[in-house]
Amino acid sequence: MVQINLPKNSEVQKGNYYQDKTGSKNIRKVNVYRWDPSNGENPRVDTYEVDMDNCPSKVLDILNKIKNEIDPSLAYRRSCAHGVCGSCAMNMDGKNGLACTKPHSEIEGDINIYPLPHLKVKKDLIGDLSGLYKQYESIEPWLKTNTKVETTEIIQSKKDREKLDGAYECIMCACCSTSCPSYWWNGDKYLGPAVLLQAYRWIVDSRDDERKERLKKVADELKLYRCHTIMNCTNACPKGLNPAKAIAELKKMLATS
Amino acid sequence: MSAYKIIDHEYDVIVLGAGGSGLRAAVGLSEAGLKTACISKVFPTRSHTSAAQGGISAALGNMGEDDWRWHMYDTVKGADWLGDQDSIEYLCKEAPKAVIELEKYGVPFSRTDDGKIYQRPFGGMTKNYGNGIVQRTCAAADRTGHAILHTLYGQALKHKTEFFIEYFALDLLMKDGECKGLIAWNLNDGTIHRFRAHSTIIATGGYGKAYYSATSAHTCTGDGNAMVLRAGMPLQDMEFVQFHPTGIYGHGTLISEGVRGEGGYLVNSKGERFMERYAPNAKDLASRDVVSRSMSIEINEGRGVGKEKDHVHLHLSHLDKSIIESRLPGITEAARLFANVDVTKEPIPVVPTVHYNMGGIPTNYKAEVLTGTDSNKTVPGLMAIGEAACVSVHGANRLGSNSLIDLVVFGRAAAMRAAELVKPGTPHEDIGESETEKCLERFDKLKNSNGENSTAELRLSMQKTMQSKCAVFRTEKTLKEGVDQIRKAYDGMDSISVKDKSLVFNTDLVETLEFDNLVRQAITTVDSAYNRQESRGAHAREDFPKRDDEKFMQHTIAWCNGKDTKIGYRPVSKTTLTNEVQYFPPQERVY
Repeated sequence: MVQINLPKNSEVQKGNYYQDKTGSKNIRKVNVYRWDPSNGENPRVDTYEVDMDNCPSKVLDILNKIKNEIDPSLAYRRSCAHGVCGSCAMNMDGKNGLACTKPHSEIEGDINIYPLPHLKVKKDLIGDLSGLYKQYESIEPWLKTNTKVETTEIIQSKKDREKLDGAYECIMCACCSTSCPSYWWNGDKYLGPAVLLQAYRWIVDSRDDERKERLKKVADELKLYRCHTIMNCTNACPKGLNPAKAIAELKKMLATS
Repeated sequence: MSAYKIIDHEYDVIVLGAGGSGLRAAVGLSEAGLKTACISKVFPTRSHTSAAQGGISAALGNMGEDDWRWHMYDTVKGADWLGDQDSIEYLCKEAPKAVIELEKYGVPFSRTDDGKIYQRPFGGMTKNYGNGIVQRTCAAADRTGHAILHTLYGQALKHKTEFFIEYFALDLLMKDGECKGLIAWNLNDGTIHRFRAHSTIIATGGYGKAYYSATSAHTCTGDGNAMVLRAGMPLQDMEFVQFHPTGIYGHGTLISEGVRGEGGYLVNSKGERFMERYAPNAKDLASRDVVSRSMSIEINEGRGVGKEKDHVHLHLSHLDKSIIESRLPGITEAARLFANVDVTKEPIPVVPTVHYNMGGIPTNYKAEVLTGTDSNKTVPGLMAIGEAACVSVHGANRLGSNSLIDLVVFGRAAAMRAAELVKPGTPHEDIGESETEKCLERFDKLKNSNGENSTAELRLSMQKTMQSKCAVFRTEKTLKEGVDQIRKAYDGMDSISVKDKSLVFNTDLVETLEFDNLVRQAITTVDSAYNRQESRGAHAREDFPKRDDEKFMQHTIAWCNGKDTKIGYRPVSKTTLTNEVQYFPPQERVY
């Protein structure tokens, strides 16, 4: 069997321990992955003792508490704080999700927080999503219509509009793609569940006139067929969407067309 | 400041911000053949436009007769006559075209039985000049902002707009009263970038995070507004801060007005539908300032619900389950996550929550920034759009669903105006290094600060001051206290501490720069409120309960240098743009 070793500078080391200073009786230990590209040091895991008596219910609240009260140098993305912007996607307790919607009460024992898996880390919990964004661009996420009527909308029946439900809601947080072993392995060529769900969203839009061309474009051994129906994507989606099903639909459309 | 690596760029036009208005402008500029850069501190689809729920207003008439003039009247009345009617005419007349354009871009609007764009009732939207409720708000379920933002990002990709993502803008480059571009810090690698442009369009959104409890995202820090203040230019009507009636109690998450549009209603601890008393005709669909004030009165008079009697209930469990599922799925999820409520069975605990800034950078209807109190004088090379701008179409109070339409109508207008003003490829003149030096000096000072006060503490003190001293109801006393207290938060910056000294994704420094931006706007807000001795729209003075058209039918124009402000006034425009509609003279405002 092949032995895969991490290069020396990637080995995660034990980091700083921040003891509680509030005297709280209700403490949880929070272990957070840290890496700063500017100091040449290895990544480490810092441990923070957090007073849970004065902490709202979500994992993001814990991170904000650490940043505001214990260690302002901790870096993570966050914006809307209610699960619509997709900024605070990370790996909590071994599972991808949005820190702003994940209740910490669902996590037993110490709380382990890491960046999304298998992305290049930019700093601490901030992963590099530029590859995924490029792939998103490659599926040409805009309506292609030949309609010449400019003054009224394109008519779409309720039934046709319903086909977009479960697809247009995607917030591009990347929880699904970064939970997919196939995407870990072939992320440079395989489009991954997030982007394939968006490809599907435009293919099933009744207003789009380039369905066939779009389908042809994804019908590729690497782009599409690296999906091996592992289903981690659907399991990871914090919005309850089902990218695996959309991918299966794409495969079915190709098989029957 | 040679310690910083500076990278220069030259563009015809730059857009700062990649929310709804910034993206719409960028699309128009790219279409017009202008070399365009769009700079944003977050990836475009993370912008706060994504959180807009209920819809986008336009008199399409898909659900019965409608007329853009009716929409205009509603907007003028909603604004409590502080809106400029030339700009409001432009907004309402262009609105249907703008929504149809969005649909052609691919926005997945909900549909009517005959396949047209679905429209729902919304607060203050009426037919025939206030006679009955109209369905004018075009919706993509309750995720309209998200749907529009993602679609506009797709359009920008289609038009090959150049993006600079996760760049934090520091300051404008000004020369002899003209804007020549801006300086930004690239969070990805720590480099400093100097963008030269013939036109700079600010689309940085609102500054809700000046308050403690807001529906706004953490990133809503009004960075562009503060850049304008630092460049010696004023902001307009900053005292007008909209409290949305239905933020989730304790968390602040927005619950769309669309809930009331679909038939939801508010009740107090006695089980009364109290809005019937305050707004006998429109009831729960009166405009937001009216509903928020009514809720506050109910709570202040002891009829709030809960242990502390400090909020009210929003009922929707009587609605048809299929309506909730198809039209309000997003708020169903939000209520479950943040209030632990199953909306098909229980009411949502809600409280008025800071939501929107009517005030901002003063502009005309072409999105050109005004220099100050003279309505005809503009700042060459500078434009502003979206929530950052004060056109003013929202006046003293914005109607729900008028913000999304504002974004696309004026985003498009800015692009068209820039295309008229800027010839592609025009060379850039030399502007020297002094502005860059000044900007980097502030940056460097904050980065190297090792004082006593944490940014988080100072921010909290600012937020608590704004929340308690400049809220739904205001008085001379509370505002005076606010004027003094908010300056303490500003002074705290003299001894601020930034622990992270690096330049790559230094979010400690980002938050410090954002605090610097916020506190200047907070000062401007509370000072503007203190000086406006009347009640109008969202600015409710208990000591001056009446609107005073004689003295205050004027926009506040406020300059802020450090903590020193200067307040002036500019008359509200009393003419329409064309003869297609007549000026609506001030009336008593009842719903």
